[in-house]
Parts: sequence; structure tokens; C-alpha cells
Amino acid sequence: MTKKKLQANSLWLLVMIIGFVVINLLVYVGVIDSFIENMLVTIGINIILATGLNLIIGFSGQFSLGHAGFMAIGAYATGIILQTVPTVGGFIGSIIVGIVIAIIAAIIVGVPTLRLSGDYLAIATMGAAEIIRVVINNMKITNGAAGLFNIPQFATWPVVYALVCVTTIVIVNFAHSRAGRAIQAIRDDEIAAEAVGVNPTKWKLAAFVLGAATAAIGGSLHASYIQTIAPSDFGIMNSIALLIIVVLGGVGSMTGTFLAAIVLGVLDTVLQSFGTLRMVIYAVALIVIMVFKPSGLLGRYEFSFARVLNRHKKEDAA
Amino acid sequence: MHTAMQQIINGLSLGSIYALLALGYTMVYGIIKLINFAHGDVYMLGAFWGYFIINKYHVDFIVALLSAMIVTAFAGMLIEYLAYRPLRNSPRITALITAIGVSYFLENGMSYLFGANTRNFPQVVQQHNYTAFGISISNIQLLILVTAIILMVLLQLIIQKTKMGTAMRAVAVDQEAAALVGINPDHVISFTFGLGSALAGAAGVLIGLYYNSIDPLMGMTPGIKAFVAAVVGGIGSVPGAAIGGFLIGLLETGVQAIGLSAYKDAAVYVVLILILIVLPAGLLGKNVKEKV
Repeated sequence: MTKKKLQANSLWLLVMIIGFVVINLLVYVGVIDSFIENMLVTIGINIILATGLNLIIGFSGQFSLGHAGFMAIGAYATGIILQTVPTVGGFIGSIIVGIVIAIIAAIIVGVPTLRLSGDYLAIATMGAAEIIRVVINNMKITNGAAGLFNIPQFATWPVVYALVCVTTIVIVNFAHSRAGRAIQAIRDDEIAAEAVGVNPTKWKLAAFVLGAATAAIGGSLHASYIQTIAPSDFGIMNSIALLIIVVLGGVGSMTGTFLAAIVLGVLDTVLQSFGTLRMVIYAVALIVIMVFKPSGLLGRYEFSFARVLNRHKKEDAA
Repeated sequence: MHTAMQQIINGLSLGSIYALLALGYTMVYGIIKLINFAHGDVYMLGAFWGYFIINKYHVDFIVALLSAMIVTAFAGMLIEYLAYRPLRNSPRITALITAIGVSYFLENGMSYLFGANTRNFPQVVQQHNYTAFGISISNIQLLILVTAIILMVLLQLIIQKTKMGTAMRAVAVDQEAAALVGINPDHVISFTFGLGSALAGAAGVLIGLYYNSIDPLMGMTPGIKAFVAAVVGGIGSVPGAAIGGFLIGLLETGVQAIGLSAYKDAAVYVVLILILIVLPAGLLGKNVKEKV
């Protein structure tokens, strides 16, 4: 690791720690009440879900509309396990079980469908997620359409914050590794990538599986934080809500996904008092942003400390 | 045997609704490659217009159907003009999100203005059941089938025989080349939206008659099912959409008839995925060769 990389990475670590300390301090002195904390946790869970989806859509260029299905797997793994083993260990175990099942499901779904392209893939993944939902809806262990309630709450704010950091580090590092360059090459031109020896099926599946795994983590946190889950929480509209975060932030920009998740989370909380009109305003805001900023809030722009440091160095030299 | 025939008739009625909706999806997709998520909500608008005009002016079925088609045609063209035209040259995923925004807007706007409760659709056509060879068919089912088939034949005539239809096919193949030979793509796209939305409006009035209840969120599930039908039939292909619609309708009633109604949605998607794996472009879709 070069010195500059080390500097950039330690800056990121600093940002994470400062963010954590500041927010806890605000909770402690009472600036952040339970209402705002609820908003922050929702934003955090949405960031975990949407960064995974952005990896699939923005970096590997595979249009998936089935994210809520994998989220459901994580949520139900946590819900079912915590009802029999309501301990911290049970919670951690349930996240791992959720990830493993989501990975298996992603491979089963991905191997046949990832050969499809564009909108066909979107509709096939949407169908797969609906199949997962219908199966959950008809199983005994998941308590059918009524869902699970009184799930013990282990996903407190610090847990969600820590997992946001961990999943983001994993996804961003994946996107910037050899694997990430491979999937971006496939996104830009699949035939050319194949010609230089990148195996499209393998790398597309890798991104899809990693995205599904993070979706399962998000689902686990959702189940344990909200404490009530039902199959209807994981329908097509929930996949679309995540897609909106990704596109609004800018497809292929993780910074944008963070920004969009925060903007939409705040907007949602602010509009809470508007009642039915809330979704109308939300819809109009969405259309207006898309019409005037078609590439999303940030396009493909990515904030990077390494680049800021570099620029600084050049200015010093000049 | 009788129950099977009975289910086929029920399936065909439901399928013709899906087919009418799927035609709108497939035409819009064929011409600007946009999954028009708001299409199901245009269908809802049609049903509400029928509800409104029948209750208020006591018109008969034909007037309700035709006026609903005109109203939804204009609604579709307006949506295209305001929400999709500014995004003609932006990434397709952006247009898709805008379509979702329009869909949210229509659903929640209608809920806000007229309330989210379910209403009873006025029965302008008195229901009669005809029984022949032990199979019962209602005049409403016949009406739905006949109307749907007439509309589909008309659509096929418009697309194949008129000047506008030729222009539509030209723009679908190559928009720039069509513009070079003097076709205004904006007019053609607007016309396509109008045509597709009119069919959705007709489907809305027909479903109101059939199920007798309407609500602002009624377009969501049939909209997605109809899109699945369009994909199964081969998106961009007009006969494919019709076949896909009937297929999904038959499948759904079939699965319901053998006692697995809890799994009817799953069955639709399983068939969708299987068809896409075997025929990636759908039943009648054109297979585009990969080029370097």
C-alpha cells in the first residue's frame, strides 16, 4: 500500500468514527429523538440494500428488479431464528444463515437468468422475487400472509451503522478490484470483454451474488429493527423503491446512492405530516428530478479522498 | 371436461383483458424501448371514467367504452408529452423511473382526489347466463371477448394498412432513418401512446363490468401481469402480445381451477422464466443477432 492510499484510507476511517461519535453524542444530548433515529436507521438499511443493487445495476450493468426477494430471505431467516434463539449470538447466526440462503437463491436464480439481457433480465428477476414472496406467503414456518411479529430488537442504531460501514467497504473494494474492473468491462461491452478473456457469466454472477448477500443483511436488520415482517413488505414495489434510490443517486455512483438514500429518507420523514398528499408530492419530486437531472443527482461522480489528496499535492508542487 | 371448458371460457375473458393491456405495453416498448409502468394506471383511469360517466349521465355501454377510450388516449398522450418526451435521449433507466413516478402520481392522485375506497361499478349491462352443453357463459364474458377481438383486429388494420401504422413500424425499426424520410417521430410516438392508452381505457371499462369493483390501485397487478404477457409473447410483437395475454389468462384460471390459487402468481412467473430461458425473445419476438 502506498503512502497516499494509506492516507486516504485513514481519512475514511476517521470519517466513519467521527460520524459515529457525533451521532451518538447528538442522541445523548437529545437532539436526535427516537423519531429522527428511526429515520437514520431506515436510511442506513436503505443504504445497505441500495449499494448492493447499485453494484448489480451500475457496475455490472445487469438490470435486476428482484432485490426485495433477497431482502425477504434475510428478514425471514432473522425472524424465524430469533423467535427460537433470542440472543445476540442468534442474531449474528441468523444474519449468516440469511446470507447463505440468499447466496444459494441468487445462484439458482442467476445461472439461468443472467444470460438474458436488459429488460428481459429485469422482468425475470422480478418474477423470481415474486416467486420467493409467494412461497414465503404459503409456508407454515413463515406464518403465511400474517407474517412474523414480536421479533426481538437487536438491530439498534450502532449495529446498523457498523454494518453500513462494513458492507460499503466490501462493495466499494469489490468494485475497485480486479473483479470490479472485469464487471465494468462486461457492462461497457460484453463481447469485447469476453474477447480479452473475461468470463461474463462468472463475473456477472459474482456481482449478483454479492448484491444478494448484502440485500439479505439489509433484510435481517429490517426484520430485527421493525420487529414485524409480512410477505407484502417485500413485493415488487419495494424492489422498485430501491431501484429509485440507485437511479436517483446516479447509476454507478456509490456516493450518489448514499446521497439519494439520505435525501429520500429525509423527504419521507418531512412529508409524513401531509397524509395522502405525501405520495403525490413524492411522485412529482421524482418526475421533476428525473426530467431535469436525467443522470441522477451525481451521475457517475464518486467522492474520493485519494483524488482530493492528489489534487492538493499538485497544487503544492505548482 | 365440462369444468375444463368452463375454465377455458373464464380464462379467455380474463386473458382478453390482459391482451388489451399487453398491446399497449408492447407497442410503446417496440417504439421507444420504455417499460411504461404507468400503463396499468391508465387502465385504472379508464375504469374510473366509465364509472363517472355512467353514474352521472346514465349513458349506455358503447358510449362509456368509446368515451373512456378517447379520454385515456388523451391522458396517455399528455403523459408522454410531459414526462417521457423530455427524456427521449437520456438513459433508458431514467425514463423507467419517470414512468414509475407517473404511476405513483396517478395512483395517489386519484386516491387523494376521490378516496382510496373500492367502489361498485354500475351494471349498465344486465347479466344473463347462457348455458349450452353444460357450459355457462355470461353475456358480459361474451361482450368482453367480442370487444377485445374487434379492437385487436382494428389495431392490426391500423398498424398494417394506414399511413400512420406504416410510420409506426418505420419508427420502431429505425427512428433516425424514419425521420430522414420525412416522418416526425414525435407525432408517431404520441400516436402510439394514444392508441395503447385507448386500448387500456377500454380494458378498464370491461374489467369494471366483469369484476364489478374498481379502486385507485386496481391497475398495479394487472399492469405487471400484462407486461409479463407482452414479454412472453415477444415484446414489440402485436400478435405476440395478444397470444401472451390469452396464455396468462388461461394459465391463471387453470392454476386456480386445480386448487392452487395461492400459487397462481408464482405459476405465471415460473412460466415466464421458463419461456425466457428457452426463447430469450419471447414466443414471437425477433431474435436480434449479436454484432461486434
